[in-house]
Amino acid sequence: MALSREQIAQRVAQELQDGYYVNLGIGIPTLVANYVPQGMEVMLQSENGLLGMGQFPTEEEIDADLINAGKQTVTMATGASIFDSAESFAMIRGGHVDLTVLGAFEVDVNGNIASYMIPGKLIKGMGGAMDLVAGADNIIVTMTHASKHGVSKLLSNCSLPLTGKGCIKKVLTDLALIEIKEGKFHLLERAPGVSVEEIKNLTEGELVVSGDIPEMTF
Amino acid sequence: MAGFDKVVSSYEEAMAGLSDNMTVISGGFGLCGIAENLINEIQRKGTKGLTFVSNNCGVDDFGLGILLPNRQIKKIIASYVGENAEFERQMMAGELEVELTPQGTLAEKMRAGGAGIPAFFTATGYGTPVAEGKEERQFNGRDYILEESITGDFAIVKAWKADRYGNLVFRKTARNFNPLAATAGKITVVEVEEIVEPGELDPDQIHTPGIYVDRLIQGTFEKRIEQRTVRPSDTEA
Repeated sequence: MALSREQIAQRVAQELQDGYYVNLGIGIPTLVANYVPQGMEVMLQSENGLLGMGQFPTEEEIDADLINAGKQTVTMATGASIFDSAESFAMIRGGHVDLTVLGAFEVDVNGNIASYMIPGKLIKGMGGAMDLVAGADNIIVTMTHASKHGVSKLLSNCSLPLTGKGCIKKVLTDLALIEIKEGKFHLLERAPGVSVEEIKNLTEGELVVSGDIPEMTF
Repeated sequence: MAGFDKVVSSYEEAMAGLSDNMTVISGGFGLCGIAENLINEIQRKGTKGLTFVSNNCGVDDFGLGILLPNRQIKKIIASYVGENAEFERQMMAGELEVELTPQGTLAEKMRAGGAGIPAFFTATGYGTPVAEGKEERQFNGRDYILEESITGDFAIVKAWKADRYGNLVFRKTARNFNPLAATAGKITVVEVEEIVEPGELDPDQIHTPGIYVDRLIQGTFEKRIEQRTVRPSDTEA
């Protein structure tokens, strides 16, 4: 079975380490915050200028001056800090953020990512995504493996305008965990009950399968 | 006004000199930390052909979005422009020029502009549509593109507190682009929630020194929330 949004978030959370500064994109990546393992300390960076993002506020705590990059009202965790947008992107571009998780429309075997524009259809802008993919070394892309119509989003060449070139090394889809190296996709894990064959069929770019591929565990 | 006293008495005075086809740099992230009343004044003045440099363009009836129906904005340089139907219509119809710019690059363009740095190299946008027509160069084996900095005829800024000399303190994430915008305007206009006397703010706690500020006005703010998200009050962290 394909992973649910929550399961994708849960699997990403397994990549967290104690003391990590993490930037979570909008959508599924945001859910990762719900699955930080017990006893582990992780600090969330929100690129509008907050390090140490807390949970959503109660009705009484709502503060219009305190939002996250998705423009949602939030709170501050203990030990949080606030800074301007240039400082925020100095953290991101300077490679100080330990893990970045973000969504995408397409990725390809060369580590290219397209996530911000569908010409003629969706032209809202890249926000901080181009900075995040260019600045971070440790990035996990979360996405569905294929469209509803079965069209692969893991390609030999991205067809949409790129958000970043050659910067993606790890992709977690609803079907598989994949590493990108030497111009190929490498299958690391598969979703429980999903066969290697199914994954192959929905991966347009070259997929390397070596040995037995373990199922993800939660 | 006398000496370092930056306080003006009306919004008309605050935006005096703004004329057609000027460039305005605006602070704010979404609707958070925007100079609400300065934007209202620009709408009232009816200034046209403006180029705005701002992370976003407000929503249909609030923030910079209110300048769209009368076609006051000719061009916007922004990182994210969703959430605004009229904006989308004007952009698709080619009535509004949009230069999408990565958020970090936008912040750095303002910062560099205000600091007298004409351009900078960044890896952000290399190999993407953003790089088109820009100089590329390798440093230590990595590819970068040359981005030019931005200055504006005006900057409109929202801060929390100021003293009469224009020393500014921002509050929480309403800081965002505001300190950067403040440095990059030929005329920087700031509206705040409270103005105090010089000496009342702790010099160590000032985010933006008054040297960047030309005009200062105290306003009242709606502070509209774009995405109101709450948790039930009985759940604990």
